[in-house]
Amino acid sequence: MSQDTLFDKVWDLHKISKLPGGSDQIFIGLHLIHEVTSPQAFGALKDKNLKVKFPDRTVATVDHIVPTDNQSRPFKDNLAEQMIKTLENNCLEHKIRFFNIGSGNQGIVHVVAPELGLTQPGMTIACGDSHTSTHGAFGSIAFGIGTSQVRDVLATQTIAMNKLKVRQIWCENQLSNGVFAKDLILHVINTLGVKAGVGFAYEFAGPAINALSMEERMTVCNMSIEGGARCGYINPDEKTFNYMKNKLYSPKNQHWEKALTWWKSLKSDEDSIYDDVIKIDASKIEPTVTWGITPGQSIGINQQIPLVDELSHDDKLLAEEAYEYMSFKPGQSIKDIPVEVCFIGSCTNGRISDLRIAAKVLKGKKVSNNVKAFVVPGSEKVANEAKQEGLDQIFKDSGFQWREPGCSMCLAMNSDKLTGNQISASSSNRNFKGRQGSPSGRTLLMSPAMVAAAAINGKVSDVRELFSK
Amino acid sequence: MKSEFTPPIGTITQIKGQCISLIGNDIDTDRIIPARFLKCVNFDSLGESVFEDDRKTLKGSHPFDLKENKNASILIVNSNFGCGSSREHAPQALMRWGIKAIIGESFADIFYNNCIAIGIPCFTLPNKSIKEIQNNKDNKFLFLEIDLKNSLAKAKDLSFNLEIKESSRKMFLSGEWDATSALLMNNNLIENKFNQLPYIKFNIH
Ligand code: SF4
Repeated sequence: MSQDTLFDKVWDLHKISKLPGGSDQIFIGLHLIHEVTSPQAFGALKDKNLKVKFPDRTVATVDHIVPTDNQSRPFKDNLAEQMIKTLENNCLEHKIRFFNIGSGNQGIVHVVAPELGLTQPGMTIACGDSHTSTHGAFGSIAFGIGTSQVRDVLATQTIAMNKLKVRQIWCENQLSNGVFAKDLILHVINTLGVKAGVGFAYEFAGPAINALSMEERMTVCNMSIEGGARCGYINPDEKTFNYMKNKLYSPKNQHWEKALTWWKSLKSDEDSIYDDVIKIDASKIEPTVTWGITPGQSIGINQQIPLVDELSHDDKLLAEEAYEYMSFKPGQSIKDIPVEVCFIGSCTNGRISDLRIAAKVLKGKKVSNNVKAFVVPGSEKVANEAKQEGLDQIFKDSGFQWREPGCSMCLAMNSDKLTGNQISASSSNRNFKGRQGSPSGRTLLMSPAMVAAAAINGKVSDVRELFSK
Repeated sequence: MKSEFTPPIGTITQIKGQCISLIGNDIDTDRIIPARFLKCVNFDSLGESVFEDDRKTLKGSHPFDLKENKNASILIVNSNFGCGSSREHAPQALMRWGIKAIIGESFADIFYNNCIAIGIPCFTLPNKSIKEIQNNKDNKFLFLEIDLKNSLAKAKDLSFNLEIKESSRKMFLSGEWDATSALLMNNNLIENKFNQLPYIKFNIH
């Protein structure tokens, strides 16, 4: 059992009791909600005649269903309109802070909370969304919950949960040029497998992690869930504190000093005990691309899609399913596979630094004629910042469509979808069958820089070759 | 579709039913219920859309479409079932289709918790036993009797020692799997915690 890790410390701090069944009752410091997983929870509150316990500890925004072309109300899609209305009413009724479209602070919930300073070290954070793990980048313990637990947090600010084990993923050395946080996490998931994290929290540490910016750290923690881990986190450091400074909701004045003192005390001890430790050599990682139907099925840009014989018995079955679904051949190289749609966005890679790097690749170049390319900023703040820097113009000049913030084609609940068996190069996090809106649509996950490179060449490309030109 | 849906309430000690096998590892919640069906403000009509895209692709030969499985209620799956999105819509859709318990090699964390929270016990068995059930010649008619007290599953001439988290097992036996009431009981402790946490004080806006 782990001891004295950040996870242990935050867990113990928030533990309220041991429940009769044996699981722990954990206080949730920050609760984030959105339109898709909350309406049924509010409905259940009503059925049980319960109130929201601490309305101040819940914050809402709208992201999953919002259209990204025309956001004027009412939405064209009646069901989407009904969902946002329901959230608006619930927030009004229960006095919950809500960042609606046009507020300047709306966006993907995992982009919004950190950029507003709501996400802070040492907190427990829960949201009815599996990518809540993102917030662990700040040294908080953050995990996704289902709608019944959303109801529990609303009613009691607590949930029942069994403590997780802790695996440290020590990333040695440094990422090389043209290799990004996305490549690192895809590589980790490929190395450990998509189910290795079940029952674990992942602590990312080591020189390669220390060198990452806060936004890159979010990308890493974001995809912990794709590795099966319900939460991922990084011990807070000076970078964390600098990022937090002067954010809208970060502590102010005399509170800032107090917060800082406390935050600095929050990290895994030198001699803390982990349930497991894994080492990864970051310098060996290449730009990484998925070729299959789980985020674990990835390879370096210069590698070939694995042959059946190279795989373990368990992986074989899934690989066969993937070859068939993707219409790829074992042994085929991933490079030069034609792509039809390019999507930059999502809570994994829809932040300002992601847009900056993609714009850098695209500047002065044109998107291939055969490609439909669009960029969806992660939040209104990201969009505004990008506009101030003129990034929107670079995207548009290259042939990318510039859209309004939301989840968009990460899960295709709005009208941004693949059609037929189109192949997309996507900066999002899931390549499951049908994930991007077409039951036979195909998704290749990669970093935003790699998506930009694929857009220019109309096929999967090594972004490093574009940089050196 | 089944007759009128009634959600489980109270103690769950025993589940009897016909098995339905779904073969494959890493079956994610996007497959269980595709995102477009998440456009709803209640769970009521999800049952008919469970595995919609997989079923369409298989044109009637998906296990959830086979006539002989019409009344099945115990789902048999392989490893990492329910990975991906946290959508509770996935277990809700399964439950509304008629699933009352799931036995698998392993489950994704959030999916498992969602199942427990809505009254679907999930058990694990080693790969070998799962295969034995999935390959059962009389699979069509394999009825299991699950006894939660003893964590046992019995068929005519088969018997399996099921594994389930002790906390989940206790919750089903006591009827407290719907955690809200247990959580509410500690209201004072919750208030204390709220007042003690360092960061609440420096975040008054
Ligand atoms: S961007 Fe994608 S993964 Fe992130 S919250 Fe939205 S739908 Fe979920």
